[in-house]
Amino acid sequence: MTQLSREDVRGLARLSGLVVSDDEVERLRTDIGAILTYVKQLDELDTSGVEPTYQVNNPTTVWRSDVVEASLSGDALVKMAPDSTQNQIKVPKVL
Amino acid sequence: MSTISDYQNNSAVENVTQAIMAAKSHESYNILISLTEERALAKAREIDANPKKGKLAGIPFIAKDNFLAFGASTTAAAKLLETFEAPLQAAAIEKLEAEGAICIGKSNLDAFAHGGSTENSYFGPTKNAYDQSKVAGGSSGGSAVATALGIVPFALGTDTGGSIRQPASFNGVIGVKPTYGMVSRFGVVAMASGTDCIGCFTSTAEDAELVCSIIAGKDAKDMTTLEDYFVPTTIEQSLKIGIIKELMTDDVDQSVRDAVAAYADRMRAAGHTVEEVSLPIIKYSLAMYYIIVPAEISSNLARYDAVRYGTRAKNTKTLTELYGKSRHEGFMPENKRRIMIGSYVLSSGYYDAYYVQAQKARTLLIKAFNEQFSSFDVLLSPVAPTPAFSLGKNTTDPIKMYLEDAMTVPASLAGLPAISVPVGATSEGLPIGVQLIAKAKNDALLLAVAKSLEEKL
Repeated sequence: MTQLSREDVRGLARLSGLVVSDDEVERLRTDIGAILTYVKQLDELDTSGVEPTYQVNNPTTVWRSDVVEASLSGDALVKMAPDSTQNQIKVPKVL
Repeated sequence: MSTISDYQNNSAVENVTQAIMAAKSHESYNILISLTEERALAKAREIDANPKKGKLAGIPFIAKDNFLAFGASTTAAAKLLETFEAPLQAAAIEKLEAEGAICIGKSNLDAFAHGGSTENSYFGPTKNAYDQSKVAGGSSGGSAVATALGIVPFALGTDTGGSIRQPASFNGVIGVKPTYGMVSRFGVVAMASGTDCIGCFTSTAEDAELVCSIIAGKDAKDMTTLEDYFVPTTIEQSLKIGIIKELMTDDVDQSVRDAVAAYADRMRAAGHTVEEVSLPIIKYSLAMYYIIVPAEISSNLARYDAVRYGTRAKNTKTLTELYGKSRHEGFMPENKRRIMIGSYVLSSGYYDAYYVQAQKARTLLIKAFNEQFSSFDVLLSPVAPTPAFSLGKNTTDPIKMYLEDAMTVPASLAGLPAISVPVGATSEGLPIGVQLIAKAKNDALLLAVAKSLEEKL
């Protein structure tokens, strides 16, 4: 059984850009621990000398000419933002 | 259920009006997140006025709400995107519209397509077309039920690990997961880019052929797409079919095994050879999937920062707090679970043991499939271990819910085409489908098999 501590769960949440409430931590600890235990059965497989497959159809680099093409307007994109001012996206103070 | 040909003699306005009325009269199933009524009717009037008719002129359809589309919000069934108005349309929708098809609404799904029952939706679960106390299956539950109830003749879905095939089986319709790369994913909310596929639900194999022939093809905006190879075909000779032994164990509901056996009999009667095949590694597929897919999810869902679009948490003082709280409020619990598992298996110290090991195991799985395809044309198996289960039955135990995917994830991991074909029903009248899998790019063969056996019914 893969045992995670409550601190491990909080660490994973931080890595994931998530805030988790106190009552969620215990549930996540149990669920994630159980899932990690389940997937660990892959250790039974001998994969020595086997290459990993990250993509099934071996994509190659796709080239295109370096020509400016029409795309979405800046105005349309800023309009999608939940908060904006003077045609700029607004966020809380960073520094 | 309805077929595309049922609509072809009516005006587009009549078709759209009828489909919207049908959608509204089935509200208790919770199929749709939004209707695109105004835009659909405007499109219909345009089509009726235009003498040049496309292959799907005036045919209404529904798209899963993770396809970016005009005329309504694109929510992915998550609070985070509740008010998101897409600035562009998915390539698949553009292609269908170019042939005159009209999107009338956006269907319910498990948020961000994470789930196998459509219960993980911010907008509540979709009910099964045959029994409202049962799940629709998922994650493309809304699209499957819309097709089963004949609201539209076809619907679009996405299938990363079974999200088209399993709800198709639960609702008695055809569900097509094409070869990885057959259809452009441009403009579709990404889940796991290594296995995400776009496909369709229809009531006949012939309709699926028509839809696939329109949506297939290379797109510069999705570098994984293949040159268009999809050409509908017919079965002229006897095929060699293999029933996957490891997916027919005692853990599989008897009614499901009976449906597979019944379909095998139908195949034999049509002159095909059916034998048992063994792929021992297939039982490890689910473990591979629940490492690889959460890893890709954690990466793909990192983009939801509630800065450029999406619903922001209120009263946050720092940027980090804005990200964390907005994601906390905007994601469903299953989204968070998968993101965190992904962060775990990709973190330093665990990367090789989990992520790389799973990708190596995937190589072995692909090899095992290839070996079988040197002597078999098509593999046959159940779609899911059970027919549609009761609402709420699997929501407290994520592993139980994941086990629903055990039979559909192997083809996903190997990038193979796989379809779900309705075969029978349980004694309670719940539909059961069977899964057909073929070599990459042999999508048309699968539909030809389904078509030939459909005709002999």
